[in-house]
Amino acid sequence: MIIDWINFTPYSSLIGGMFIGLAAVILMLANGRIMGISGMTSSLLRIKENGNSNWIIIFLFGTLVGPVIYTLFFGSFQSEMVTATPYLLLAGIFVGIGTYIGNGCTSGHGICGLSRFSIRSLFATITFLFAGIITVYLIGQLG
Amino acid sequence: MKNFGVGIAGILFGFGLTLSGMLNPSKVQSFLNIFGIWDPSLAFVMVGGIIVALIGYNLVFKIEKPIFSEEFDIPTLNHIDLKLIGGSALFGVGWGIGGLCPGPSIAILSTKFYPAIIFTVSMCVGLYLGRWLESRISS
Repeated sequence: MIIDWINFTPYSSLIGGMFIGLAAVILMLANGRIMGISGMTSSLLRIKENGNSNWIIIFLFGTLVGPVIYTLFFGSFQSEMVTATPYLLLAGIFVGIGTYIGNGCTSGHGICGLSRFSIRSLFATITFLFAGIITVYLIGQLG
Repeated sequence: MKNFGVGIAGILFGFGLTLSGMLNPSKVQSFLNIFGIWDPSLAFVMVGGIIVALIGYNLVFKIEKPIFSEEFDIPTLNHIDLKLIGGSALFGVGWGIGGLCPGPSIAILSTKFYPAIIFTVSMCVGLYLGRWLESRISS
């Protein structure tokens, strides 16, 4: 294991994470909902029945506004995609199927679920982290 | 007014994702690359998020009900099954290949980052396929 000290950003990542946690708390306080983006997207697209989805439209609109506010304060942020389009299509399909079948993603299981001591979310989080690590390792081996 | 808190939460979420580095797919892949040149930064996102949500949830759950709705809508499932593990594993594979998960893929759409459009559209197709697959598994 070699640590990438050049790109290591513990403080901004920690503070960013705290903003994400705060968002989850406010959503629970205001509307009593778990902040799970895959679930919200499914409900919004009527793939999953969940009654009124106006709140989801407002939440996701806010999510779009967040990065814009960031750029107003800090100018820009780094975003680099190295995955070729055909693989990216495959990645999206996998993420969609996987989060639907597994009932959640990084936000719902990884932040909200673990904070509620959900045993399901603990298993889900360990599994997707492990699968992600193996996948990146294999991609590295293949070139 | 009813959804004011929801809007604020959405903005904080999008802002936090940006600040944390989650909107950078190559950083996500570096975080998962523990057998290579590893950037552990994104572990701090989880730590920060969980610390705040753990304390905050504990305070919120002391009140009887949310401010703008009748009850807390909390998942009640508590069993570990093949669906949970298989689904999460497939999600992890996709996350590793593309470096994007659902939240960041939506947040980044506002910044004209075109690869995210491809990813997000195919993710929505995947959600439909997930429902189809689940109905096949259940029947």
